[in-house]
Amino acid sequence: MDHSPSPALNVRGLSVTFGTRQGPVPAVVDVDLDVAPGELVALLGESGSGKSVTARAVMGLSTGNASVTAEQIRLGDTDLLALPESEHRKLRGARMSLVFQDALSALNPVLSIGDQIGELFRTHRGMSRRQARAEAVNLLGQVGIPAPTRRVNDYPHQFSGGMRQRILIAMAIALRPELIIADEPTTALDVTVQAQILELLDSLRRELNMAVLLITHDLGVVSEVADRILVMYAGRIVESGTADDLLSRPGHPYTQALLRSVPQADTRGQELYAIPGSPPSPANQPSGCPFHPRCTWAVDECKTTRPLLTLLAGGRAAACHRTEEVLDAAVTG
Amino acid sequence: MQPSPGDVVLDAQNLHKTFRGGRGQAGRTRVSAVDGINLTLAAGESLGIVGESGCGKTTLARMLVGLDRPDTGTIMVHGRDIAHARGGDLRELRRRVQMVFQDPYTSLDPRMTVLELIGEPLVVHRLMPNAAARRDRVAELLALVGLAPELMNRYPHQFSGGQRQRIGIARALALEPEVLVCDEPVSALDVSVQAQVVNLLRDLQKRMNIAMVFIAHDLSVVRHVADRTAVMYLGRLAEVGETDTVYDQPAHPYTQALLSASPVVDRANRGRMANRIPLAGDPPSPTDPPAGCRFHTRCRLSKDLCGREQPQLLAIGGDANRVAACHFADESLADARERAEAA
Ligand SMILES: Nc1ncnc2c1ncn2[C@@H]1O[C@H](COP(=O)(O)OP(=O)(O)OP(=O)(O)O)[C@@H](O)[C@H]1O
Ligand SMILES: Nc1ncnc2c1ncn2[C@@H]1O[C@H](COP(=O)(O)OP(=O)(O)O)[C@@H](O)[C@H]1O
Ligand code: SF4
Ligand SMILES: [Mg+2]
Ligand SMILES: [Mg+2]
Repeated sequence: MDHSPSPALNVRGLSVTFGTRQGPVPAVVDVDLDVAPGELVALLGESGSGKSVTARAVMGLSTGNASVTAEQIRLGDTDLLALPESEHRKLRGARMSLVFQDALSALNPVLSIGDQIGELFRTHRGMSRRQARAEAVNLLGQVGIPAPTRRVNDYPHQFSGGMRQRILIAMAIALRPELIIADEPTTALDVTVQAQILELLDSLRRELNMAVLLITHDLGVVSEVADRILVMYAGRIVESGTADDLLSRPGHPYTQALLRSVPQADTRGQELYAIPGSPPSPANQPSGCPFHPRCTWAVDECKTTRPLLTLLAGGRAAACHRTEEVLDAAVTG
Repeated sequence: MQPSPGDVVLDAQNLHKTFRGGRGQAGRTRVSAVDGINLTLAAGESLGIVGESGCGKTTLARMLVGLDRPDTGTIMVHGRDIAHARGGDLRELRRRVQMVFQDPYTSLDPRMTVLELIGEPLVVHRLMPNAAARRDRVAELLALVGLAPELMNRYPHQFSGGQRQRIGIARALALEPEVLVCDEPVSALDVSVQAQVVNLLRDLQKRMNIAMVFIAHDLSVVRHVADRTAVMYLGRLAEVGETDTVYDQPAHPYTQALLSASPVVDRANRGRMANRIPLAGDPPSPTDPPAGCRFHTRCRLSKDLCGREQPQLLAIGGDANRVAACHFADESLADARERAEAA
């Protein structure tokens, strides 16, 4: 794969299993993940597929009932697996940050925006109150908050949803991290605000060379901003490759079906392609290929043998027994 | 009596709704949620409604089905006004206009079986007092929405989101409405399940000649299902027209901005969003909507007149079927056509 020699994020064999009263729930299984500096990688999947669990595991923020295992999780040259929690905590916000979906609950309602951003500079950079406030104003301007000098003393509830999301991003980039993980940062926002946020993420990686892992379920968003795509289904990566390759010529039936099911201008009024059934829950996974009960390509082998994620020509990979045929079908139409 | 195609089945005129909220800085706040909306719906037609969060879509929907009363205005169904009807009259009118709700997880009572849920409207409206007949009807309705009738003794939590939305649709269809008002019917569903429900709604609509109001914030879904599309901004209609006209040649500057910001799956057009028509500033507060044209604070074409005078919905571009509320709609449309040619 033609990634830059030292990826900002490098994950191998990440698995997360939750202990529940009903028994162990394998929410994420054997995930590999690379993001290079300046690259925007989309982790695409439906609700429950394991995207947020992956993000939290990488950040070292897994919940108490989670058991996280991995062969490797590296941030630049730092081995995160070997790091004690106290060291890990110091990295969060400074070298890697997570932008949550729900901006309102992620901000402290009783602290002004200026104090919340300023605190980052005071604790991590040892700045004075005044310096920290000046930096906060600077950042607010950078993420497109109008009149930042006046608004820096306002509280979270005084901002619109889109502005709060931009404030969260401001906090995430305050210390110039190498990696930003944005977990559905625009799902709750209107399209005009979404466009601003996506543009902001795009400019951050271009101008500051940050690595961005964008978690989303929206194919339109992916098509607009992603360099590479990882498709997640039932806790596993089922396809990966460049956005150009995957969107024009999907190699996994699930990716293909998703693409066919979105309404397009030229299919207006026709029946949409509908994937039968619904996504499995991690506690209750089908045998063989987890997609087989919903797959139009499925053959007998799919019911019994789980296809491995297999490297294909052009640096892409897919986990399907019939990938070659799926790829050929995409070319012949 | 089935309406014939082209008959007006629902005619809403001059709808207003203001909510009195909590205490703001200046005493009690008032939210002008719907401010002067007119809509007519022909038998069997589908009307899409798009607009951003808080613009009044749900408020409008709830008035159309008789769940909320407008402060002023009329909603005529079969020559009678749902907005002012009471008692048995209201019940009779409500029967003809049914709603499908956004969230299939909270809109169904978890303690009721599917049989009870779908049969309830029949009981309330005293249409089928006989339990056996009701059971048959529920089985029929389940089959209609693609669910096995054997499932009628189960509870909502035993179904997936898509299946629950099918149950909600079956319940709305139980009274054989002439109008189905769907408020974001697929927004809460998994991407891979949305197409199932979109197809089902369209299929039912065609087969049963039901008129449909389809509310969504996903512009590509509305384009797919709607014959006509209405665009709302802060409680008012910005533009209404044939769906193709509105999407291909938007006349209102807000419609243009909205469409240009909505991502489409088209890798060749990557960067389209970066070239979008920007909106100035942030959305105004609905407690204090701008005077004149409510969009003028964000509009790239705004002039003095826009802050003073409210533009009326007028036919634009020589097309009697497409109206837009903008003082400079002709200019704006010419601009959109130029952009379309350049692209
Ligand atoms: N019961 C209520 N009391 C006070 N304000 C209300 C009430 N219901 C709605 N509003 C306000 O009226 C406006 C319109 O709300 P509405 O729910 O109709 O918007 P919407 O277009 O459906 O938005 P969304 O896309 O988020 O569902 C909003 O400002 C909302 O806060
Ligand atoms: N603390 C937890 N305990 C048990 N199961 C969990 C926990 N957190 C998440 N899960 C399960 O893991 C799966 C993946 O969740 P998540 O990563 O949040 O999905 P998404 O792709 O929507 O972000 C889901 O089935 C979810 O219910
Ligand atoms: S392995 Fe079989 S069931 Fe799975 S996606 Fe490929 S063809 Fe479909
Ligand atoms: Mg999530
Ligand atoms: Mg709503």
